[in-house]
Amino acid sequence: MLKNRHIQGWLQASPLTLVLLGFLILPIITIVVVSFWQATEFSIIPAFSFENYEFLFGSPVTYKVFFATFKYAFITWAMTLAIGFTVAYYLAFHIRSQTLQIALFLLCTIPFWTSNIIRMISWIPFLGRNGIANSALQSWGIIDQPLEWLLYSDFSVILAFVHLYTLFMVVPIFNTMTRIDHSLIEAARDNGASGFQTLVHVILPLTKPGIMIGTIFVLTLVMGDFITVRFMSGSQKANVGRLISNDISLLQYPSAAATAVILLITVLIVIGILLRFVDIRKEL
Amino acid sequence: MSKMRYSRRAVLKGGAAAAAASALPAPMVWAQEIKDITLRQFGTGVSNLNDVATKVKEDLGFTLEMTALDSDSVTQRAATQPDSFDIADIEYWICKKVWPTGNLQAMDVSKIANYDKIVGIFKDGKLTPESVIAQGTAPHTVGFVEGEGSSTFATEQTNWMTLIPTIYNADTLGIRPDLIGRPIESWTELLNPEFKGKASILDISSIGIMDMAMVCEAMGEIQYGDKGNMTREEIDKTFAIFTEAKKNGQFRAFWKTFDESVNLMASGEVVIQSMWSPAITAVKSRGIPCVYQPLKEGYRSWGGGIGLSANLSGMELDAAYEYINWYLSGWVGGYLMRQGYYSAVPETSKDYMTENEWGYWFEGKESTDVITSPTGDVLAQAGETRDGGSFYDRMGSVACWNAVMDENQYMVRKWNEFIAA
Repeated sequence: MLKNRHIQGWLQASPLTLVLLGFLILPIITIVVVSFWQATEFSIIPAFSFENYEFLFGSPVTYKVFFATFKYAFITWAMTLAIGFTVAYYLAFHIRSQTLQIALFLLCTIPFWTSNIIRMISWIPFLGRNGIANSALQSWGIIDQPLEWLLYSDFSVILAFVHLYTLFMVVPIFNTMTRIDHSLIEAARDNGASGFQTLVHVILPLTKPGIMIGTIFVLTLVMGDFITVRFMSGSQKANVGRLISNDISLLQYPSAAATAVILLITVLIVIGILLRFVDIRKEL
Repeated sequence: MSKMRYSRRAVLKGGAAAAAASALPAPMVWAQEIKDITLRQFGTGVSNLNDVATKVKEDLGFTLEMTALDSDSVTQRAATQPDSFDIADIEYWICKKVWPTGNLQAMDVSKIANYDKIVGIFKDGKLTPESVIAQGTAPHTVGFVEGEGSSTFATEQTNWMTLIPTIYNADTLGIRPDLIGRPIESWTELLNPEFKGKASILDISSIGIMDMAMVCEAMGEIQYGDKGNMTREEIDKTFAIFTEAKKNGQFRAFWKTFDESVNLMASGEVVIQSMWSPAITAVKSRGIPCVYQPLKEGYRSWGGGIGLSANLSGMELDAAYEYINWYLSGWVGGYLMRQGYYSAVPETSKDYMTENEWGYWFEGKESTDVITSPTGDVLAQAGETRDGGSFYDRMGSVACWNAVMDENQYMVRKWNEFIAA
């Protein structure tokens, strides 16, 4: 009987294990292996060489690009957190009717019914030199000359990131907020806490797991992105994703794989540090 | 069933076209069998046109499968997957890289009916006897091999051709004359501070570096031994000039796809940039003035051709020769020339173009009527002339051919630095 249950457990776990093995572990192993290979213009040579890594760590471009990647990730994270937290707070604590809550929550997701790329590209005519933003500002008399930095700049890249990824903050934060026992907030008030004190000492600590999940979403999405940076900066800025995509288009798969491995390790370290702060398993 | 289906159909067409076409040696392949033949062609988008495949089925009876890829993928496939194609439609600089792999077979010139009419650029490198051969990978330098099965390029014409030239053009800068308001005559204008924040180049390293070199040379900053095969020092100097310009905010954006270049120009974000001929047409078709500006230093040119897979033999090989002869017999040439490209055998294409079209596209004359593309879009009104003028004016002032450098990998790394700078 006991043995039987044992087998049953294994059987139940095996589909997921197999899927993860085939579609996650195996590809990652392949990438790691290829990253030690060498490539000429036309052939990939299986070898064990540190050349790709030597070049990667020896090039100032790498550091610059990794720095830019972190910069995008950090600023995007801060903005999505601020917006996401506010939206979730409003939905969870200011909307009393549950129907309205769900309706408004669904409203937030509507932009996500269209493709990522389209939402991103639609900023381009809006922000352009003769775009809606510039012509509106000019007709209001706020500026004389069109603002050049609106488009093809760090500003436009981060704007697009924030626009694309805020929902990934809203959802988990909203989710944890709705689970907060309202009697805790009442207790805080009864004990004389101001609204701000309640927010900082009660709500914020209790929403930490949601914030953490949202943070992981946003950081990994931004750090792995290349297409937003390419389109919104007019190819003028680079992040790690673009380095990888350039290498791939020039058939330098081993070099791309090496960069990918370093990026993966970096992201894992960042997530590892984040998980030190909150035990997501326990809090969920 | 009739034999020689190709000639019979051609005769039915009537007129001069038929006379030209049926003068070709009639292919002696049984119609019934030829129907079962499928040739797999792959190449870049410019000449991989479904209309061509449809016409091949109609005229020759066999099936041509087209696959369009970008030039990096084309190179890779030609070099690494010889079994995946029968006909490779590649650029000459790609041929230089791919030929040594032995995946293509040389073509017997004596089987090419219109060989004598192919323009000189592809044979001895000279458009006219006085022409000076441009830098870079000039097509004739990789156009012939010493013998069947040889892997070294011949220095002169032989009986064995590597690629049959199909399509070529001369590229230059595109400008918005309405926003610039003065004549543009030199490549140096790309870095002119007057256009700060309004210039662009393409983010495809192998072509972008050439446009950069044209600019640096025109500025008198660098004298290149061969722009198509730079030394490391020349590469460093070129990037130094452009990195500085980038940091000073000269460029609005870089573009990678055709659509991006059209949008940058049409929206007025950019007023001067490297551009391709059909992109100019696309901007113009929106009613926005755009000129493919001829510049005094000359054009950067490119050319493509079709090569045969080493695996082709027997009836498939015969069909491939038939296809090549058909390709050069005029219909495709006319189709391509009406888009603004050039055919390798312009004479035969003339029969498939109206006098107005021939005058506008080839002779650089003022059009007498509306000029439309093969798909029916209006490209020019009556009374307009083509930017850059006639075929001989344009192809006669090529400064450099698209090329692949010995220091390609070094250049690519520098390109990445430039983008990240």
